[in-house]
Amino acid sequence: MNFSYTILIPLIPFVVFLILGLNHKRIKPAVSGYIGVFGLMASAFLSYFTAYKYFFTVPKIDGIYQQITHKTVWMNFTDTLHIDMGVLIDPISIMMLIVVTTISLLVHIYSRGYMKGDPGYTKFFAFLGLFTFSMLGLVLATNLFQIYIFWELVGVSSFLLIGYYYTKPSAIIAAKKAFIVTRFADLFFLIGIITIGFYTGTFDFETLNDPTGEVITNWASTSFMGLSVLTWALILIFIGGAGKSAMFPLHIWLPDAMEGPTPVSALIHAATMVVAGVYLVARLFPMYYFIEDGFALNIVAYVGGFSSLFAAIIAITQKDIKRVLAFSTMSQIGYMMMALGVSGYDGHEGVGYMASMFHLFTHSMFKALLFLGAGSVIHAVHSNMMGDMGNLKKYMPITNITFLIAAFAIAGVPPFAGFWSKDEILVAAFEYSKPLYAVGLIVAGLTAFYMFRLYFSIFHGKKTAYKHTPHEAPASMTFPLLFLAVMSVVAGFIPFSNFVTANKEPFEAHLNYPLAAIAVATGLIGIILAYVFYKNPTEYPAKCRKAFGSFYKWAYAKFYMDELYFFVTRKIIFNCVSQPIAWFDKNVIDAFMEGIGSGTLKASEKTKKMQSGYFQDYAMAFVGGVVVISIVLIYIFKN
Amino acid sequence: MILGVSIYEILSLTTILFFIGIYGFFTRKNLISVLMSIELILNATVINFVVINKYMFPEKLEGAIFGIFIIAVAAAETALAIAIIINLYRQITSVEVDDTTTLKY
Repeated sequence: MNFSYTILIPLIPFVVFLILGLNHKRIKPAVSGYIGVFGLMASAFLSYFTAYKYFFTVPKIDGIYQQITHKTVWMNFTDTLHIDMGVLIDPISIMMLIVVTTISLLVHIYSRGYMKGDPGYTKFFAFLGLFTFSMLGLVLATNLFQIYIFWELVGVSSFLLIGYYYTKPSAIIAAKKAFIVTRFADLFFLIGIITIGFYTGTFDFETLNDPTGEVITNWASTSFMGLSVLTWALILIFIGGAGKSAMFPLHIWLPDAMEGPTPVSALIHAATMVVAGVYLVARLFPMYYFIEDGFALNIVAYVGGFSSLFAAIIAITQKDIKRVLAFSTMSQIGYMMMALGVSGYDGHEGVGYMASMFHLFTHSMFKALLFLGAGSVIHAVHSNMMGDMGNLKKYMPITNITFLIAAFAIAGVPPFAGFWSKDEILVAAFEYSKPLYAVGLIVAGLTAFYMFRLYFSIFHGKKTAYKHTPHEAPASMTFPLLFLAVMSVVAGFIPFSNFVTANKEPFEAHLNYPLAAIAVATGLIGIILAYVFYKNPTEYPAKCRKAFGSFYKWAYAKFYMDELYFFVTRKIIFNCVSQPIAWFDKNVIDAFMEGIGSGTLKASEKTKKMQSGYFQDYAMAFVGGVVVISIVLIYIFKN
Repeated sequence: MILGVSIYEILSLTTILFFIGIYGFFTRKNLISVLMSIELILNATVINFVVINKYMFPEKLEGAIFGIFIIAVAAAETALAIAIIINLYRQITSVEVDDTTTLKY
């Protein structure tokens, strides 16, 4: 029952970060890699132990998993409103612990091979440690404010890692973009947190999420513009989550974030940090579900569904393999958001929630595998562009096989992991609304198509002449690939509904055969199309491009979202808002301050004539002063 | 205690001495003369110490000891001032007060 040792899970990576970060000039690369890997091994071991202990030894009360917290008050405002620091153990936090430590450990191992010879090797591992620490802290947070603190830490470590190749201008721009966009979203998150704190008087998840508690039952007490203030707060919090999770329209940073080293993309921008938004909504799920009959949750569902379709269309047209994977990530996270949005609360109605968490789990495995496989390809070919690749199956057998498994998993082919979770999501969407189900189905087909387009273009397709013959990656890089490939196969067989459910009460989830058959058929059509198009060089892709005409151009340009942002910021905000403010600053505020300065200067020019430079004048003033003071004192103390 | 001389007479003497020093300090234009005026001021205070000790607390010695200290300090201070004046002379070949206004601002 005592889980206070779980504080060590985030603290070990933090210690690793301190050791490596403070001594990054002194520690040799060979040693720093081992320090990072062993630190993460300890964390991962503790996470697995915690999962075992929680799910198998802690008794359930009325068949419901308990929520266990250990915390201390950090800042005290009122009796109920205080910021705590602590750990919260419940099924979703344990699931995230396992995801984060596993992927992070594998990425550490992988980076030992991938980053070999890099001048900033030790620094890289230090940053990875910082990121892992903040992500684990976010997962274990007991209240909104603690989650916010770690949320920002995650953001800053993502910034550091995207801008890791800081001599490349594009990397610097990408890092800045990611930081500014997510920070902009976090502003809304903060406003939401403060709103909740103000109207409910607590930040604590346990109090907020209690379905029979005061917060949820009294949601209608204050309203603002036709909606409950708590609904507004939840929408604002979702904007924060959407920024981190790259939901439309705040997704623009994610494709650019691929400028970072590929292991970083796998860890942060595919498996862990970008699902923080999903985790946040899942964490506050009872609030989302009960307040205003799930008004905010509807928004989550539609934003998620739209983002997933939007990103899938763009992913088909991209030529940079990491960008394809980035948009694929965005699409899959949209899927998870949609699943959360369509979920109910009790028992089998909560299948969407369960499916979302399940998909988060399986997605992190196969998407990390796809990214690490892409990293291995980039390592061999020294290019990100699909056009520079082809027929790599001859040179890189292990990468080929593992990448294929991951592609099958994401395409939803049974018995790979993605099939099981995607099926549950589609079931939930089907029960909730048919349009969302249709979106989900189309996205499933598109996913299969673009993923196999990627696969066939890299590993099959035209015989490319390589400058250096590509070779298979070293063992430190293939081991994580193999491990994740195994996970991508077996993760689907975990009976997830026994562990993670909306109301923490296990239920039996059954496969819905007709829906599963439709989904698999859609996926297979996508795969077959991709096979016909890209297995061998054909003319179909060019014809298709022509057939779609300007729509293709729009999708290839990512629907001009970047240009739209530039238009809004540069043309509208800079010209209409920033420049008047700058003028005001320069001509009013600065002028006032400079007036004080020059006024003082002029006054001193006038008064400095008093300083004659003759010491006898000063002595005269001094003696005169003494005489005056003496007279005054004598007069006062006469009696 | 000096027979036939009261403390007021001696204090009057030292007051006159003190203000002669102050006057010299203000009006002399030569740094050496200024230094000599400072010595007058110091001597006036030393006499005050000794006299007040002798007339008011005859069984004690503190005032006399203070006087000795002040003489020692005055000697050191004079040596220092002379050194400064000599250096000044080397720099600007003058020991006139009017020529030493460059530290004004």
